[in-house]
Amino acid sequence: MSITVRYFANLREEMGRSVDRLDTTRSLSVAEVWAEATDQLPLPTNILCAVNMEYVNPAQLVKDGDEVAFFPPVTGG
Amino acid sequence: MKVEITHSAFDPWQALQQYQQDLDLQGKYGATASFVGTMRDLNEGDEVTAMTLEHYPGMTEQYIDKILNQANQEWNILDALVIHRTGSLLPNDPIVLVAVWSAHRADAFSACRFIMEELKSNAPFWKKEQLHEGSRWVKKNTPGG
Repeated sequence: MSITVRYFANLREEMGRSVDRLDTTRSLSVAEVWAEATDQLPLPTNILCAVNMEYVNPAQLVKDGDEVAFFPPVTGG
Repeated sequence: MKVEITHSAFDPWQALQQYQQDLDLQGKYGATASFVGTMRDLNEGDEVTAMTLEHYPGMTEQYIDKILNQANQEWNILDALVIHRTGSLLPNDPIVLVAVWSAHRADAFSACRFIMEELKSNAPFWKKEQLHEGSRWVKKNTPGG
């Protein structure tokens, strides 16, 4: 199963990258995708998560080909 | 209804005029409500010299579309326009335009406010401020009241 992981804003800067490709054989939740992609960093408490550009809960399971995104609280407008 | 994310500077008044002129609703709307957000040179007591606005291409547009659809269900509106800047901004640069057309003012006022508040609360944009000494990501928006 192949997952695209995107980071935005300060998370992107802290990671030093904007995208990861994650290949895994087991079923993962969004929170587990974060752990796998970041070498087990704790999930920040105020983080927002999206799967295929829709807001989701970190417990949501991902499927092959999904795009998972992590970002801080939004500050547009 | 139209949503536009633009990386270059825009003139909200000109955009509003142009959009309204092109509307196929002449004689139908009695109310146009608009909101323009502009970059300030001061935030949390610090002078801000420039700003960078980042978004999530695809999700941001999709999310604002969703807000406009919600507004369209909730109020009796005829059309709506949202333009939002990204990239490098300077103080006094327009950041966002929200405009709503309706037959009567109550729907235009309410929908315009709803769209702006929803955009600020949930649409994926992030501001990074340049100060005289270093830069910082804006942590949260001020409440809309």
